[in-house]
Amino acid sequence: MILMKDVYKTYPNGVTALSNINVDIQQGEFVYIVGPSGAGKSTLIKLIYREEKPTNGTIVINEKDLANLKEKHIPFLRRDIGVVFQDFKLLSKLSVYENVAFALEVLEESPRNIRNRVTEVLELVGLKNKARSIPDELSGGEQQRVSIARAIVNHPRIVIADEPTGNLDPDTSWGIMRTLETINDRGTTVIMATHSKEIVNTIKKRVIAIADGKIVRDESRGEYGYEI
Amino acid sequence: MNPGVNTAMKFRTMRRHIREGSKNILRNGWMSIASIGAVTTTLILVGAFLILILNLNQVADNLEKDVEINALIEPTADASEIKTLGREIEQLANVANITFSSKDEELEKLIDSMGEKGESWELFEQDNPLNHTYIIKPKDPDRTPELAKKIAAFDYVEEVNYGEEVVEKLLRFNFYARSIGLVLIVGLVLTAIFLISNTIKLTIMARSEEIGIMKLVGATNGFIRWPFFIEGMLLGMLGSIVPITAILGGYYYIEQAIGEQTSYSFIDVLPYNPFAWLLSLFILIIGAFIGIWGSVMSVRKFLKV
Repeated sequence: MILMKDVYKTYPNGVTALSNINVDIQQGEFVYIVGPSGAGKSTLIKLIYREEKPTNGTIVINEKDLANLKEKHIPFLRRDIGVVFQDFKLLSKLSVYENVAFALEVLEESPRNIRNRVTEVLELVGLKNKARSIPDELSGGEQQRVSIARAIVNHPRIVIADEPTGNLDPDTSWGIMRTLETINDRGTTVIMATHSKEIVNTIKKRVIAIADGKIVRDESRGEYGYEI
Repeated sequence: MNPGVNTAMKFRTMRRHIREGSKNILRNGWMSIASIGAVTTTLILVGAFLILILNLNQVADNLEKDVEINALIEPTADASEIKTLGREIEQLANVANITFSSKDEELEKLIDSMGEKGESWELFEQDNPLNHTYIIKPKDPDRTPELAKKIAAFDYVEEVNYGEEVVEKLLRFNFYARSIGLVLIVGLVLTAIFLISNTIKLTIMARSEEIGIMKLVGATNGFIRWPFFIEGMLLGMLGSIVPITAILGGYYYIEQAIGEQTSYSFIDVLPYNPFAWLLSLFILIIGAFIGIWGSVMSVRKFLKV
């Protein structure tokens, strides 16, 4: 569950990124966050996994009030949130398998558990036969799928994807979307920031539109809604 | 997930940290060698200084132990007055022990100390011009002058001497040698910590991406810090290998050389065993400390993601 009440975010340089944000997302929802570049999508996402703190307002993630969350408890918040980045953020020296396993090693899982879950999740994203490759040997779409695999290997309750199809060709993008839908079908909340009108209008889900740091529209089974 | 659970580190995890920390040293190649070099240089200097300072200290201590006050007793004092004086001196706070030396004994000592030439003094055996003397050892040699003054004030004490100038110079020299040595060692260690933390900072900067990802997938700061802790400790300990070898090898020759050349009892270097071994252990610990401190300091600011 994600709850934001009267949230404001002003950066130290004086730029107001978000103002008066009110959002309530239930467990298991699939939500698009749309809006032009610089509208505040990335800031909104960073508030969820506590890379940024709000200037004002209340944020509750998975029953945790972030205002009262101690610094040392942040890692435990993040273990319940998988993040997929537009630039993948893979470790270039590690193999696909090691990149995904990394997320579990950090949680001090047993080697047997790690082996089982990494194999399982690589199968889900269709990269089982690339497990030994390093990121540089993969295409953009494949790298993005590794990034998704790493985000979901821990069975988080929330998966956040920041423009996961940003630099990918249409075919690959649909593949990524199918993977995200599969995860969502298993009960994971999926939040996806995107610029892709085609995807939003084809796979109909709840749409939250942001412009100039404000929520201008929030509708279930919405449309992309405006031209870029 | 409950933060309270899982705080006790698993054995498996510790093994991972040690493996990662060691691998990082190899991965960083020249950077590691530079760090080890910085520690080595520092520790060689610290080791050389410690050998010098501790031995000077030893010499000074030996000299201090030899400090004694001679209180010459007036020839007019009779036996019971001498005894009373002895008891009074014994009552003073800073007196370790007091021995009586008759004027005949004093003359004997004088003749002995003169060697060949002393024989001519034997003439005085019939008519001894020396005084009966109390020889007083102070408990705290640093406060000898004070004690001497008190003793001089007693009745029947004709004169007090304790080699004022030598003792006072010695005490002052000791004080300065110790203070300067301490300041130098602290300065050297801080310099080495600074060098190490800079070197490790560079290696961490190359891995800041990795640290960022670890933070985002929910690694605790402790988990991220451990490999760097191990890496720093290993760098420090590797850096102490050459200094320790130099100490164990070099001190043996120093001990031999000084032992052969001097016959003064007070110039006596600290014995190889245990001194060289203890100093080596100390250097190893200082090395590990420098490495750990340097790495932990530099990793700190990368954890704020």
